Amino acid sequence: MNESLSTIFVNACLINNFVLAWFLGICPFLGVSGKLDTAVRMGAAVTFVLVVTSLSAFGIQALLTAIGAPYLSLISFIAVIAATVQLVEMFIKKFSPALFRALGIFLPLISTNCAILGLALIQTNKGYGLVQGLVFALGAGAGFTLALVLMAGVRERLDFAKVPDVVRGTALTLAVAGLLSVAFMGFAGLGA
Amino acid sequence: MANDESLATTSPTDEFLKGLWRENPTFVQVLGMCPTLAVTNSATNAIAMGLATTFVLVASNLAVSSIRRFVPKQVRIVTFILLIATFVTVVDYAIQAISLGLHKALGAFIALIVVNCIILGRAEAFASKNGLLRSALDGLGMGVGFTLALLALGGVRELVGRGSLFGVPLLWDGYQGWVVMILPAGGFFTLAALLLFVQWRKRAAKEVTP
Repeated sequence: MNESLSTIFVNACLINNFVLAWFLGICPFLGVSGKLDTAVRMGAAVTFVLVVTSLSAFGIQALLTAIGAPYLSLISFIAVIAATVQLVEMFIKKFSPALFRALGIFLPLISTNCAILGLALIQTNKGYGLVQGLVFALGAGAGFTLALVLMAGVRERLDFAKVPDVVRGTALTLAVAGLLSVAFMGFAGLGA
Repeated sequence: MANDESLATTSPTDEFLKGLWRENPTFVQVLGMCPTLAVTNSATNAIAMGLATTFVLVASNLAVSSIRRFVPKQVRIVTFILLIATFVTVVDYAIQAISLGLHKALGAFIALIVVNCIILGRAEAFASKNGLLRSALDGLGMGVGFTLALLALGGVRELVGRGSLFGVPLLWDGYQGWVVMILPAGGFFTLAALLLFVQWRKRAAKEVTP
């Protein structure tokens, strides 16, 4: 409870990176990390949904505790997330049809992105307050975007590399993700 | 409903068997990666996660299949997700009642079964178009296939990382575990290796029967 805000941010962003240390949000991480440009925008969309979810999860939890029905939390979280994603989808479709096409199926799939529901659950488990939750969501979003961008950078280069045919595809991507994960383990010492 | 006829040619046992290898959710469809990687640092966790997911799969497939004629198309995804969330809540409380230690080890990932793409994927792609029996068998097959994949991953990681299986030491005394296999990075590496093996097997099979 008495973690400082900067600790929460660094923790969520680097040390316990959602993708590389907690395995949350692997599907879009593997699916949308082909191009740098798309990766950045996907990261932004996910960060936005994370922040909104964090706020609503805080409200829902308070409400459910007040009426004594904590067993409804999972169902209410997922309903709120699905609604938020729908909102973001309409927004992007209206303002940037090109991006809408580039993200494709992965846009509606944000609602089944474990990172989002994971954030709501972890935040509730740790008993974060409103501001702490907000910082946690921002850190998680930044970490997700960072991982996605790094991965996209590597994969753009890999397209030109000579790789045996059998290895190409998911197996290669996973191996790269493993190396990135090893690199992020180096941040472990940062934790206070 | 056009799919009803085309799928009716496969026998019910085939509906079950396809999940084990030919359409294995983990190795062939590469779905549900998050729990696959996160909870497979020991064989016990892997089995528990696999069984919980199998239960939710079968239950949600049955439920979705039985209401498939009454749900309007526009709201079907939301309906499916809410159904799945209900079953996951049941599993969450059940595991907490059976073994608190296991519940701690799996952590948030039990609740995260809700967003496992395999379950929504089967509800949408199969159960919403097929009858009760087939849907149940499909769910069971996918669940068992998922469990086997998790067990393969968890087994390899625990054996190499700790020198044991299900907590029982198997390798010689003084075996130095590869800590990296227990850590997140090991999950990525092991899955990459297993996927590579599956890909290589498929390629070999294709060359034999062109």
